[in-house]
Amino acid sequence: MKLMLTCKQASQIISQSLDNPLSRSDRMKLKFHLFICGACARFNQQLRIIKNAIHRMKLDTENDTSVQLTVDAKNRINQTIDSNHH
Amino acid sequence: MSKSVNDWLNDHGDYLYRFALARLRDPHQAEDAVQETMLAAIKSDSFEGDSSARTWLTGILKHKIIDLQRKQIREQPLSDLIDLDASDTSIDDFFDKSGHWLEKPQTLDMPDNALEQKQFLSILSDCIDRLPAKLATIFIMRDVHEVNNENICKELNITATNAWVILYRARMGLRKCLEINWTFG
Repeated sequence: MKLMLTCKQASQIISQSLDNPLSRSDRMKLKFHLFICGACARFNQQLRIIKNAIHRMKLDTENDTSVQLTVDAKNRINQTIDSNHH
Repeated sequence: MSKSVNDWLNDHGDYLYRFALARLRDPHQAEDAVQETMLAAIKSDSFEGDSSARTWLTGILKHKIIDLQRKQIREQPLSDLIDLDASDTSIDDFFDKSGHWLEKPQTLDMPDNALEQKQFLSILSDCIDRLPAKLATIFIMRDVHEVNNENICKELNITATNAWVILYRARMGLRKCLEINWTFG
């Protein structure tokens, strides 16, 4: 890989940066590319927003007390417990 | 013993269900996971009265969720995953021959107000559902379950390159789907 990244290469490195720490050389090249390329900077921001939104979605569901097991579901589970227990 | 299991379901069932639903994103699977957790709780006698029952049950549930995820993955032909290698051309759909964006990414902002946020998250959720199954499974493993890449590779017996290509594709697809379906500003 040359000193200057193409947008395609930059987008791949941005995705990898969400999963693993980048090598020093990739980090420098990416930093430079993002400095001069608005499109990739927006792409970088898009991926980070998606990642945060997914985390948010998870917490929202976890904390939404209106989400409950239905009475039917509880009965089904209780029946399964009883039939497995005896 | 059986009585306390029923108490556990009453006291913690809804919490466990929400925890499972947030990760499995499917009401039936979430119910299954709670049921499996209760069954495992009966059989186990590792519960110490001094730790909270909820913490203990959540620990069991986490394992059950991973089991369900594994099962889901096993039901998909592994060849589908292995077919996705870096030489596949569909990544190039987004770039021209010299590596420039064909369509430049647009500004994407998470809205401030609660109602719009809800809409945004619901569109994102639809976009995840629209991903090809093999991409979605690994994406969910990584970004919802927060399993690290190394463990994803071990779990699925795929290479690190396979894993990153799949995650890259999934993310490219998601951001495109959001750009199309979420009106900006």
